[in-house]
This record gives sequence, structure tokens and C-alpha cells, in this order.
Amino acid sequence: MSSAAWTAWEGADPVRPPAGPLLSVRDLQVRFVTRDRTVHAVNGVSFDLDAGQTLGLVGESGSGKSVTSLALLGLLPRRTAQIPAGEVRFADEDLLHAPESRLRQVRGNDVAMVFQDPMTSLNPVLTVGRQLTETLRTHLAMDKQQARDAAADLLDRVGIPDPRRRLREYPHQFSGGMRQRVMIAMAIACRPRVLIADEPTTALDVTIQAQILELLRGLVETERMGLLLITHDLGVVAGVCERTAVMYAGRIVETGPTADLFARPRHPYTLGLLRSVPRLDAGSDLPLAPIPGSPRDLTDAPSACAFAPRCAYATDESRERLPVLTPVDGDRDHLVACWNPVSDAQRVSSA
Amino acid sequence: MLPYIARRLALVVPVLFVTSLVVFLFVRALPGGPAIALLGERATPEAIAAFERAQGLDRPLYAQYGSYLRNVLSGDLGVSTRSRQPVAEELLQRFPATVELTLAAILIAVLVGVPLGFVAAKRYQGPLDQASLVGSLIGISFPVFFLGLLLKYVFAIRLDWFPTTGRYDITSSLDTRTNFLVLDALLAGDGAALADVLLHLVLPAVALATIPLAIIARITRAATLDVLDEDYVRTARAKGLRGAIVDRRHVFANALLPVVTVVGLQTGLLLTGAVLTETVFSWNGVGSWIVEAISYRDYAVLQGGILFFVLVVVLVNLLVDISYAFLNPRIRFR
Repeated sequence: MSSAAWTAWEGADPVRPPAGPLLSVRDLQVRFVTRDRTVHAVNGVSFDLDAGQTLGLVGESGSGKSVTSLALLGLLPRRTAQIPAGEVRFADEDLLHAPESRLRQVRGNDVAMVFQDPMTSLNPVLTVGRQLTETLRTHLAMDKQQARDAAADLLDRVGIPDPRRRLREYPHQFSGGMRQRVMIAMAIACRPRVLIADEPTTALDVTIQAQILELLRGLVETERMGLLLITHDLGVVAGVCERTAVMYAGRIVETGPTADLFARPRHPYTLGLLRSVPRLDAGSDLPLAPIPGSPRDLTDAPSACAFAPRCAYATDESRERLPVLTPVDGDRDHLVACWNPVSDAQRVSSA
Repeated sequence: MLPYIARRLALVVPVLFVTSLVVFLFVRALPGGPAIALLGERATPEAIAAFERAQGLDRPLYAQYGSYLRNVLSGDLGVSTRSRQPVAEELLQRFPATVELTLAAILIAVLVGVPLGFVAAKRYQGPLDQASLVGSLIGISFPVFFLGLLLKYVFAIRLDWFPTTGRYDITSSLDTRTNFLVLDALLAGDGAALADVLLHLVLPAVALATIPLAIIARITRAATLDVLDEDYVRTARAKGLRGAIVDRRHVFANALLPVVTVVGLQTGLLLTGAVLTETVFSWNGVGSWIVEAISYRDYAVLQGGILFFVLVVVLVNLLVDISYAFLNPRIRFR
């Protein structure tokens, strides 16, 4: 990413406090290197997250959303993952080059994570209470009884009835939604300042999804947490996130305030994503508009627009030069990485 | 929990019944018979007939099996045709030797195999992992009796570090009260005797442990690799737990589950191995007893010895199932 684009981004958020953002990611790159091939999973991702803010990171499977989130806390497999460039700053501290011992203090304490599948993300042989108290006791130097009381309070806060009894139960005795509540209770145990939720509702029923999102939204408000919400579900983003960043092939291709991005998508990929969402008001005889083709193979480092092969708007330039994030129509809050962004007129005529 | 154990124990009865029938028929399918084995090739037909009549071997098979079953149910396993001793008495005398040997072997196999497999998985594809793979392949492919002879030749005969045969120095004054010699030496508080007994135990136990050790190491490695990829291990790391705690509490505790099952399944293999190991090291256990009984067509001993093995395998696997429930809360007793 060029420095010009950075500068554009830097000035993008007018409400940012002068001390700098809570979590700041710059030009993050992640590669997976095995004996016979290299996968360029993340190719220069930048974003900021402030306290009390919710940022949605959207994209299809393999776009690098989860890898980005794991890289923030040094949780990628050490054997294969490399981070050749980039910067991750949490409260002005460099996390990417922090020693493992320091990262352990940050994980679960300052920055916590909720994962996708609550069925597999809890240890089946330990009681829920044990898994909750171990976080508390690791970071907050509580004794057994204090941790137990705090754990019961946490279960209560995430809406699990009869918390004292449920602490003694094992994960298999909880339903999927209840398990995700337990995961969230574990994540907020030490009152983290940033919560990373990686597809927190994907594995859940729709009614439960709404409850979990409501819970997360409430926590952001009361705790002033920064929430990084990773999802492929545009409905989730629309309901919860103030800002949205759309990822494709390991890069952010468009970012802006959610309302603006949904109303005036500039990147053909964002437009395609929005078009592929089924809509009730469009009439059932209108076919869905899926994006043709499949995501780019990430074996080579990107040198052109990765979306060009699937894009109706692609130009010669798209196939030759890598686009960087630039303001849309001079709006420094809405950025798009595209050589031929969709104009309002084109969007209306193609719909 | 208790009803579950009771139900499982009740299942032992049909298992023993079926195996007793199979063993009964199989030993009689062996060519020759106790009369020829005892009286010799040139025994007269009259002598053989007289022997068989005296032993009840001239009766139809179903009648023989019927009376055998009745006797077994009243605790009478019959009399050895060779030693003329009650089989139950001899069995009681010999089984501690076998139990001691197999326990020592399984201890070695678990205490070495589990950590080895775990560390190999943690250093997946590193030098130690590769070495353990090659080593366990060699361990699995070595026949027990050959390994026994090799160990004996190198460590007992050439290097003279260990005794070649037997369970203890027969010139010692050890009181073999329980016939669990390690226990006897401990009870007597006799340090020298304990050292002597343990020295005798090393080579046979190592020979017997090799194959189970290799299998346990490989299963532990595979199970650990599976668990390392689990989401909950990532969760544990994301909580900021120390690596050692993640390994112990989250990885090891889960990787142990399949290992416990395999340890149970190894008992059958261990007892088979004990037959060979006991013969190579002149170990007076149930294994060498069975081997002798085969050459003398000692039906009662064969039936008693094999039934004992079956009982041990069934009980050990019951124990494994019970311990499984303690390790894995998802299992409920039904």
C-alpha cells in the first residue's frame, strides 16, 4: 500500500481522539510457507479501531479475514505463517514484535477473541467454570473463590440463567447459543478493550444470532470496547457495525461508514456482494445475482487487481497495476481500491 | 455408575461361556492327545484306552464338556494330567508371575510411549519426531521371541548386566509368600532381594514392552496432533494461558482418551507376548505353563490358563471403559 493511501486513511476518521486509535493495523502481510508452495493470505491490510467503535470485516471464505484477526495476537501457526511486513499497534504498543510473554498478557486480557464454532471452541473435558476461571486467575490474580464468584457474575451478564449450577457443567450440556454466550463471557472476563469476534453467529440459528449480536452490541456500549466483527454476512454488518471494510484476496478493497457503503458501493466486488443477498422486496421471480467465477488463487503476490478476472468493470489498468485505497469523490471517509469504480449512474442502470 | 459396572460384569458370563466352549473344542482338535503325549509313541492301545477311560476322555464330547462346565462353576478347574496337581492351585501359584511381568511391561510402555508420542507431536516433523517414527516401526516389526533372545544375548550373556533367566536368585532366602516377588521383597523390607528381583524383571519386561510401547507412542502422537488442531486449543492460547498449561490442561487431557482405549486393547497382545517372553526367559508364569501344556496335551491346564487370559482381557477392558468415563465427561453411564 502506498503512503499516499495511508495518509488518506489517516485523516479519515474525524472523531478519533488525538492519542491515536486503540488498535491500529498498517500494511499487514501474512504468508503461509510450506515446502512446495507459498500462500499470500493477507497482502497489506490497514484499519483502525477506536474504543466504543464497531468495525465489520467482510469477505468470502479465504479472503484473509480470520488470518488477519489471528495475526493481531500472534496466534497463527508458527511453523508455517510468516509476517514479512506490517504493523499492529494496540494502545501505541507494537504487538507484532512483542515477545511471546508480553503477548500472553495482552491475549484474553486487553484483546480478547470469540471464535466461530462454539461447538468446538470449548474444551470438552473441562467444566465451563474451570474454563472461565482459568482466564480470570491467569490475568487478574484472583483466588479460587473470587474467580468462581466473578465467573458466575459473567454468566449472569451474558444471559445464562442459574449461573452457579451451570459453572459445574460441561460444554456438551449447553446448547449452541448458550455455548457462544459462554465464549463471550470468557472473552469479556478481564474487561478487554478490544474484542475480536470471528464469525460469532455463523454456526447459530437465526433467532439465536440476533440475541448474540444484541449482546455484543450492548457490551460495546456499556464497556466502551472496540469490536472487530468478522463475518461474511452483510446482514450482520448492516445491523451492528458503524464502519465496514470489505476484503478480497487478502486486501481491503473498500471501506467506509456502513450506511454509506451500503447505499453507494463503489467497488464492483462490494456491489456484487450486496447483489447476491436475497431480498424480500425484490420479488421472488427476480433471480439472485451471484458473482461469477471463484476467488483468486493466492499462490502469487498480488500485482494487479485480484478481482479483475471476475469483474465486469475491469480495465486494462485493472489487469496490470495494483489499485490502492483512495477517497471516493473526495470523501476521505469512504475509500475504494479500484481503477474503475462503479458510478451512481452505472449502479442504477445495472440494477 | 454401580449399575453400569454390574451390567458390564454380567456380560462377562456369556463371554466366558463362549470362550470356554471354543477353547474346549480347540484343545481337543490338537493332533494326538494326552495319552500319547504322556505314555509315549510306543504305548500299547490297551494302555492308551485305560488312560483315556480313567480320565473320562472316552466319553462323548458333549458329556465331557458338560461335566467340565459343572466343575468350573463349582470352582474346580480339573487336574493336570502331567503334574496331577489341581489346575486351580497351579494357576494361583503361577499367575502372580505373569501379572508382575505384564504390569512391568505396560508401565514401561506407557511411561515411555506416552511422553515420547506427545513430544514427537509437539515437534512435528522435527528430528525427534522422525526418529520416533522409525524407532516405533522397528519396535512393531521385531518379533518378541527374537528380541527376547537378542536382549538376553547382548545384555545378559555378553555384557553380563542382567541375569539370563528366572525371576530371582534361587539361592536367596526370599519368602515368596504372595509370589508377587516385588511385593514380597518390599514386605520383607529386603533391599538386596528387591534389587535382585527387579534386575531379573528388566530384560523380559523390556522385551514384552517393545511392541505396545511403539503402538502407544504412535497413537499418542496421532491423538496429540489431532488435538493440537482443535479450536479449543486455539481458544486456550487466545486466553493468554502459558504454553505449558495449554499443553497439559487442554491438549494432553484430550489426547489421552484414545490412548487409554489402546492401552486396554494391548492387554491381549501383552498376554500373547507373555507366552513367548516367559518361555525365552524361563519365567514361571501362566504363559510358559500354557506352552508346556500344549506339548503334553494337558487339556485341563490349557483350558484353565486360556480362560484366565480371557478373564484378564475382559476385566482390563472393563476397567478401561470405567476410567474412560472419568476422563471424558461426555460419556454417561447407561
